[in-house]
Parts: sequence; structure tokens; C-alpha cells
Amino acid sequence: MHPIKTILVLVLAAVLFSGCAQTNSNIYHWGEYENIIYKSYAKPGELSIQEQIQLLNTDIIKAQEANKKIPPGFYAHLGYLYLADGDYRAAMTSLENEQSLYPESAPFLTGMINRMNQENAR
Amino acid sequence: MKPLKITLPIKFIAALAVISSILFTGCATQAPYDYTALNVHKPRSILVLPPLNNSVEVDATYIYLSKVTQPLAERGYYVFPVEVIDRFMKENGLPSSAEMHQVPLDKIKDIINPDAVLYVTIDNWGQKYQILSSTAIVSVSAQLIDVDTGTLLWKGHAQAVQQSDDGGGGLAGMLVSALVTQVVGKNFDQTPQLAHLANYMLFHTEGQGLLEGPYRIAETQPTP
Repeated sequence: MHPIKTILVLVLAAVLFSGCAQTNSNIYHWGEYENIIYKSYAKPGELSIQEQIQLLNTDIIKAQEANKKIPPGFYAHLGYLYLADGDYRAAMTSLENEQSLYPESAPFLTGMINRMNQENAR
Repeated sequence: MKPLKITLPIKFIAALAVISSILFTGCATQAPYDYTALNVHKPRSILVLPPLNNSVEVDATYIYLSKVTQPLAERGYYVFPVEVIDRFMKENGLPSSAEMHQVPLDKIKDIINPDAVLYVTIDNWGQKYQILSSTAIVSVSAQLIDVDTGTLLWKGHAQAVQQSDDGGGGLAGMLVSALVTQVVGKNFDQTPQLAHLANYMLFHTEGQGLLEGPYRIAETQPTP
């Protein structure tokens, strides 16, 4: 595409999307959360569980630096990864973090924790 | 040196005129969605199930699932962890999204307790080769259902298209391509970016998308 065309189209696109669709700044720091989900389905095995955990923990620091919130589901996902990695204590902490940030998650996550405890007791 | 305007082909100027007319009339003329049910129930938390896939692209279901959380959460809703939920349902004898979509609402309420469930259908997905161009497309429709009553709270449809720029590309194609090619090159799968864009259009378009949820409202109002 001709550079001038590209610029004009970009400007129009910007106007269009700011006109009808709202372009509020993000509430949350998104980082790698959705990329990790994408890769775990589209390219399974490319990232080890430990690498996924590390990426999410880096995002927690980046979110603090950017003064952005941790998104819904993020800590629950991190807890699920810790559980898959066999780190029961870290999993509990993450699942509790999700519930204190987002009480909506409590029924599902307490169920998850109970099942986790039952399996541990066996 | 030629003046700038002469370097622009007529076809492009015509396209600009069309874009401008849509720009100034398109958003205003479409009848706004009737938000009565959504305003009555005011959901806070939304469970997104893996979408039904009516396209031929087998990977579409999970590419879509990995692109839905941000647009929906940034609209102001609590979004349950999509992969954790999917894996949980699979472990509990629901191997496909078709089966997940059949789970009764009272059972979903018992175990997950969302205020509403978003049922998404992928209508079209992937690369289509046409006579003069090739087009990447993501087209989805969605229904938001209240868990307690089964009431339809909202439904919407969105389509994101990227058309190859071999002259005279479609209007939507030009607009979307300008956005998408910033991020990914031609040799990459464009559908994840298109799915992200389609979801933003689906949830954020004023008058058609979802109303702002509680987490967005809390963000825009100063805390007392």
C-alpha cells in the first residue's frame, strides 16, 4: 500500500474506532496471560509449566510498576499452573489472591481447593 | 514534483468518500440495542464457554477462547479463567464445546456461580481465496444468558476482515488491514489478531455491544 494511503487509512481507522467503539485506557495489565493460553492450545509444549509461571510472575511485577490491576482470571490461572507443577502451597496462595481481588470467583475456586485437598488427603 | 492529490488514484478517493459517509452516518443510523433485560439483571461476572465452531478451521475454537478475556474484562466484567474452566469441564466428562453448551444453567450455577453465561458461535473463520484477492476473516455471534432465569440479556455479532491489498480492497478490509498489519506480517496466522479485534467490536461498540460493567464503571468514577 502507498505510504500516504496507509497514513490516511490509519487516521480514518483511528477516527472510526474512537467514534463508535470506546477507546478507554485499559483497567488491567494484560502482559502474557492470553498469549500463554493461546500457546497452551495452539503450540502445546512450546512453553514449559515453569516458564508459564515465570512469565505470569513477571507480569505481576510489571503491573505494579505500571500501576495497573491484575486482570480477572489471572491468579486463578496461575494457581492452576502451580497445581499442575505440584506446588500446592503456591497454588493455594494464588487461588486466594484471585478470590480476594474478585469475590465472584469464590464459589468455583473454593470447590477447586476442596477437590485439591481431597486429592492430597488420599 | 507533482502535487500530492494527483498521486492518489480516483478509486482511492472514491473509497475515502465512502469511508467518510459511513464514518459520519454508520454509527448514528443503526438502531441502538434494547438493553432492558441487561439493565434489569446487571451481571457482574461472566462465564465464557469455549465457542461452538461452525467454520472448517479446527483450531478456531481455542484461538478464539484465548482472545476473549481482555475485550470482555476491559468492558468491566469479571471473566472466569477460560482455560481453567475448559480443562475442568473436560476432566468432568465434557470433551467438546457442544457438550459444554448443553450443561443446564442450574448445574453451572451450583459449581461455578457466574451471573451470566456467554455462548459464542464461530460463524466464519480463516483464509478465503477469491477471484481477485484473498481475505482473512473472523465472524462470531454471541448470546449472554442470565444464569438464574435463563433470560437473554444481550446478543451481538461481529466480523473482522483483512483483505489482501491488491487494489480496490473492500472498505472493511482496508480499515482492518491498517490496524492488523501493524502487528503481524503476512506469513503469520492473522486470525488471532482478527479474533481480538472482532471481540472488541462485539463488546465495545456503543449502542450495539455490552453496556459497561461494574469494574469499568468503578474505574471511571472517582472513589469517594
